[in-house]
Amino acid sequence: MRAVVHVFLKPGVLDVQGKAVEGALHHLGWPGVSNVRIGKVIELEIASDSREAAEAHVQSMCEALLANTVIEGYRAEIA
Amino acid sequence: MKAAVVVFPGSNCDRDCKAAIERTTGAQVEMVWHAETELPDGIDLVVLPGGFAHGDYLRCGAMAALSPVMTAVREAARRGVAVAGICNGFQVLCEARLLPGALLRNVGLRYVCTPVDLEVVNAQTRFTARYGVARVARMTVGHGEGAYFADEETLDRLEGEGRVVFRYVENPNGSLRDIAGIINAQGNVLGMMPHPDRACEPELGSVDGAAIFQSVLASA
Repeated sequence: MRAVVHVFLKPGVLDVQGKAVEGALHHLGWPGVSNVRIGKVIELEIASDSREAAEAHVQSMCEALLANTVIEGYRAEIA
Repeated sequence: MKAAVVVFPGSNCDRDCKAAIERTTGAQVEMVWHAETELPDGIDLVVLPGGFAHGDYLRCGAMAALSPVMTAVREAARRGVAVAGICNGFQVLCEARLLPGALLRNVGLRYVCTPVDLEVVNAQTRFTARYGVARVARMTVGHGEGAYFADEETLDRLEGEGRVVFRYVENPNGSLRDIAGIINAQGNVLGMMPHPDRACEPELGSVDGAAIFQSVLASA
């Protein structure tokens, strides 16, 4: 099965890259842009019989390595 | 007196650390490759050096925190052996959850490479006793991801328990509460972004880093 994991800094953690990109977008003529957040997308294949088992494994992977839950949140989609 | 310096693929201050420890304390220093599963017997100090362990892939220190040697480092820390993480080593200790919090991208997005003055906030730790009444130490920083972050509750606890060891006099990176270095609750694991290993000889502009190695090895 294929999993797509999205990792973003938690709300409240200053995303300096997002702020810089937001400033650049304003400069380019989109003054209405706000709350730009930069994150990561991690795609992976996982051998699993069931969607539930795959979800559980991916969640464990996020907790163990893919995200640092001190600063990051994550969302996983199984396809 | 005996110390070990861990070498990860991508470490680049490992030999600086070895030279700094040897020259300031006379201790015997062994280099330990990250794939080792044991540390040398009878060591008093383990240093995780600066650099870009595992290319900073995923997050700084994330892969290094899972290196085989870290099981032995964790066990040594549990036994009370002094562990110091400098710069990238601090990031590794946070990723390994041996220290609370995390290091974020610098505010301003710039890699900062500059001398900084540090307030020695707690001079009664195993790592700082030699500072005595000296309240300011000068060292250099060199990092792109050194903004210390922890939630408010953790920051309050660190401050309340005297675990903020060093503070920037002028904050170069956006670290919360100007934090430059912290210790664990047990008092034997130190993480700091500035480099004491680059402040051990007059030719380098400062000798203020020597007291860290001398403090910890004097307490051994």
